[in-house]
Amino acid sequence: MELLLVIIIGLLYAAGIYMMLRRSLVKLIIGLILLGNGANLLIFLLGKIVKGEPPIIGPSEKMLGEIYADPVPQALILTAIVISFGLQAFAIILIKRAYKVVKTDDLDEMYATDEDL
Amino acid sequence: MLTAVISGFIFALLIPFILGRLKSISTLWVALLPLTLFIYFLSKIPEILAGNTIKTSYQWVPSLGINLDFYLDGLSLLFVLLISGVGTLVFVYTSAYLKGHHYLDRFYAYLSLFMASMLGLVLSDNIYTLFLFWELTSISSFFLIGFNNDKEDSRKSALTALAITGFGGLFLMVAMVGLGQITEVYQISAMAPMAEAIKDHSLYGWVLFFLFIAAFTKSAQFPFHFWLPGAMKAPTPVSTYLHSATMVKAGVYLLARFTPVLGNHEWWNGTLIIVGAITMVYAAIHALFRIDLKGILAYSTISALGILVFLIGLGSPDALLAACIFILVHALYKATLFLVTGIIDHETGTRDVTQLRGLNKVMLPVGIAAMLAAISNAGIPPSFGFVGKDLIYGATLNMGDLAWLLTCLAILTNVALLVAGFVAGIKPFLGKLPEKFENVHLPAPSMYVPPLILATLGILFGLFPGILEGGLIKPAVSSLTGASPDFHLQLWHGFNLIFLLSLITIGSGTVLYFLLKPSESLLKKVTAFDRFSPQTIILGISHGFKLAGKGWTGFFQNGYLRYYLITILGFLSLLLAYRLYLGVDLLINTELMTEVTFYEAVVLLVMAVAILFTVFSKSRLAAVASLGVVGYSFCLIFLFYSAPDLAMTQFSIDTLTVILFVLVLYNLPKYLKLSDNRVRIRDGLLSLIFGALISILALEVMSESLSKETSEYYAENAYILGKGKNVVNVILVDFRGFDTMVEITVLAIAAIGVFGLLKLHLRSTEKE
Amino acid sequence: MKTIIFKSASVYLLPLLLLFSVFILLRGHYLPGGGFVGGLMASIAFVIHSFANGVENTKNIVKFHPGFLMPVGLALALLAGSLPLFMGETFMTGLWMDQPVPVIGTVGTALFFDTGVYLVVIGVTLTIIFTISEGL
Repeated sequence: MELLLVIIIGLLYAAGIYMMLRRSLVKLIIGLILLGNGANLLIFLLGKIVKGEPPIIGPSEKMLGEIYADPVPQALILTAIVISFGLQAFAIILIKRAYKVVKTDDLDEMYATDEDL
Repeated sequence: MLTAVISGFIFALLIPFILGRLKSISTLWVALLPLTLFIYFLSKIPEILAGNTIKTSYQWVPSLGINLDFYLDGLSLLFVLLISGVGTLVFVYTSAYLKGHHYLDRFYAYLSLFMASMLGLVLSDNIYTLFLFWELTSISSFFLIGFNNDKEDSRKSALTALAITGFGGLFLMVAMVGLGQITEVYQISAMAPMAEAIKDHSLYGWVLFFLFIAAFTKSAQFPFHFWLPGAMKAPTPVSTYLHSATMVKAGVYLLARFTPVLGNHEWWNGTLIIVGAITMVYAAIHALFRIDLKGILAYSTISALGILVFLIGLGSPDALLAACIFILVHALYKATLFLVTGIIDHETGTRDVTQLRGLNKVMLPVGIAAMLAAISNAGIPPSFGFVGKDLIYGATLNMGDLAWLLTCLAILTNVALLVAGFVAGIKPFLGKLPEKFENVHLPAPSMYVPPLILATLGILFGLFPGILEGGLIKPAVSSLTGASPDFHLQLWHGFNLIFLLSLITIGSGTVLYFLLKPSESLLKKVTAFDRFSPQTIILGISHGFKLAGKGWTGFFQNGYLRYYLITILGFLSLLLAYRLYLGVDLLINTELMTEVTFYEAVVLLVMAVAILFTVFSKSRLAAVASLGVVGYSFCLIFLFYSAPDLAMTQFSIDTLTVILFVLVLYNLPKYLKLSDNRVRIRDGLLSLIFGALISILALEVMSESLSKETSEYYAENAYILGKGKNVVNVILVDFRGFDTMVEITVLAIAAIGVFGLLKLHLRSTEKE
Repeated sequence: MKTIIFKSASVYLLPLLLLFSVFILLRGHYLPGGGFVGGLMASIAFVIHSFANGVENTKNIVKFHPGFLMPVGLALALLAGSLPLFMGETFMTGLWMDQPVPVIGTVGTALFFDTGVYLVVIGVTLTIIFTISEGL
């Protein structure tokens, strides 16, 4: 399973970067999201994936048992997911605003009209 | 002494405000500052003469060895008197020369800033404050050269001068740091006793190299001389003060000051003699062919500086005495000639020697001053210049094997300088006055009295050299040689070899003056060689630097996000690939991995398809929808692998993101096909390579065993310390609560940013 | 999307989903859930309502600008973190009541902190979504 996940991570990275290299702003942001997902999955995978043992202490116990999913990457990813939402929202609004002003979502043309803003 | 130095700085700050108030009144009173300083330093003569030195010290940054140590000995005394004395006359002269100029206040401010820095420079005993004042003189000189800042020429020359002297300043700093490292003291006066140890140190050569570059740039030695003729774009008082009498002598001062510390070594003497000799001959010959008065004076100044460096290089007590005398001689006649040039320029509007004739008829006092200066320059008895030239020949003749070679060089230089002096000082005043100059007036006394004073002193000191000998020259020479000097200055030594050499100089110079008529065609022939001059080479190098910088920046900072990305990723890929090439032991241990179940495989397949669809879809809405599918597949993966919190969060965020996208995309245009297939293939390849590298990296990391210390701590203590059973949540709100705190702050900022962006937009549309 | 069924359903869905989000928040310390997820759930509840009834109506329900929730939430979280300072402990030390409160369980500063997170997340999400739909 890990092997398949590794391939998916590579695919996410490749797709994210390919999208970021496009000239369209929308594609840029989609690429950013894909790349972020890839990074999350990478962190998740490197913390060793475990099936069916969530890091939740049982009702009658005081600590986790022998086998449990690593809580640290999970906490990290949770934070990352929420923060990237903020980032995405901001980026999306930025496209919208930029589009309203320069009437294009082509990055190259935005470069050209820099002085006219 | 601190007050003496600081007063100029304070004055520079105040003067624009004072003069702003008193627009109409004559600015003659400004000269009171240098005059006071001059008298103050004159009053120190008896003390110095008694063999004492005056030392004061003020703590500044003691931990770094930077203190305001001031030190007045014979050498500094010679220089401070020169600075404040010529300063007084220049200040007086300026009050008439730039009368009513719009920026006169600014000019005085720069001028007193310069004077203060120069005083600080020659009084500094601490090597770091020496450097500080050194740089201050460069900076104030930059402002003064560029004073006519509406002219492109001025600005360019100012920049060249700053670049060259500032560059030299950096070398000075290195030299000073090196000296500090060798001796571990920071006072120059404390270094002299260690002279032998310094010369044996392995860093000695480097210190010399850096010190020489500093001195040569400042004192316009070959091959850094070319900034000085350019600096003549400055108003004439500046040329007089900075570029003949004081600032350019800073390099000479530096060499003189370090003679007791670093001198008397074959590297020291050899370099200085060679560079000085090249400079003096090269510049003297150049001076012959100029037709601009200031150009002639600039090259003859460079040549005179060459003579000084040459004399310091000779290093014998005779030579050092000659150097001290010549500093004074040169300051007196060269300042006079510059001031006269300024008057001619001011009154006639030209500085072209081929046009100027017969000005004696309209400005006799000016003519007298100029001719006296030319006589002193030529070394005709009974001028002070004669005394100086005698000493120079005396010094070169004592040099053993090389005596005749060096003497010939000195004669050659002196002959050329004599001609240049005659062209600048005599030619404009004799002959028939052209019609167009008949209306020329004698300027205000405050303009012609200063050069008269200087020129008269040049003759007076020649007639009675005894005036100077005790009070000024002896202490100066003794602070150079360290021994009490035994000499007696006099005008007349009787008929001997030296007198014969003087006669030859004067005779052949006068003949040459009548033979060689400066003209434009001759100048053109000479400037044809400029292609090979050091100026062209150095400016070419600096131009090349600029081009290379522009090319480099233009290549990397091209303003296109994707090229930045390509550069970064390409480089990163290369690094990673190289590392992997060096050594990969890809141990894929499938036994340790979890098994693949059918539904997991299906989820991953869906995800892969969704990713590809997102990338290749032609419709944005479809791309966003499949992005949502990718996100929901993530939820499932998190769910399969024991991360319920993540699954829930991912689910909600994914929903919100898709909603956001749909809300916004409604208003955006359709995708356009903006790139051709070649670009797409290139990008695709790069991203695939990078993705593959990341995958390999992930496999590499997975084969390493992880330290679970942190996780175990959290797992064991989540309930005991945090009283929670959902360990992820306990980490977020308790163990790492502060991080979460910051995180929600960031979120709030993002929301405010969104809000602000849209409100800003509404306002700008309202304006339209 | 403004069908009658969806519209009338959303009226009942809103309080139910909000209740659910509070439930998620409260149980977060023991079971999957917590401030982040709870806050996002609550936001989704409002978003669904606004889809059915229009943004204006949703805003009328909330009465005040959701942006106000951000400083309130931040202040609550900061207060929960600095409460131990008054007890002579270091910043962000967890403090707990001795007796569990019925339904909610043991109450401690962590719960207040998580509530702060919950409020901030609602404030941020709603501000963003409302601002965008207004700008259209």
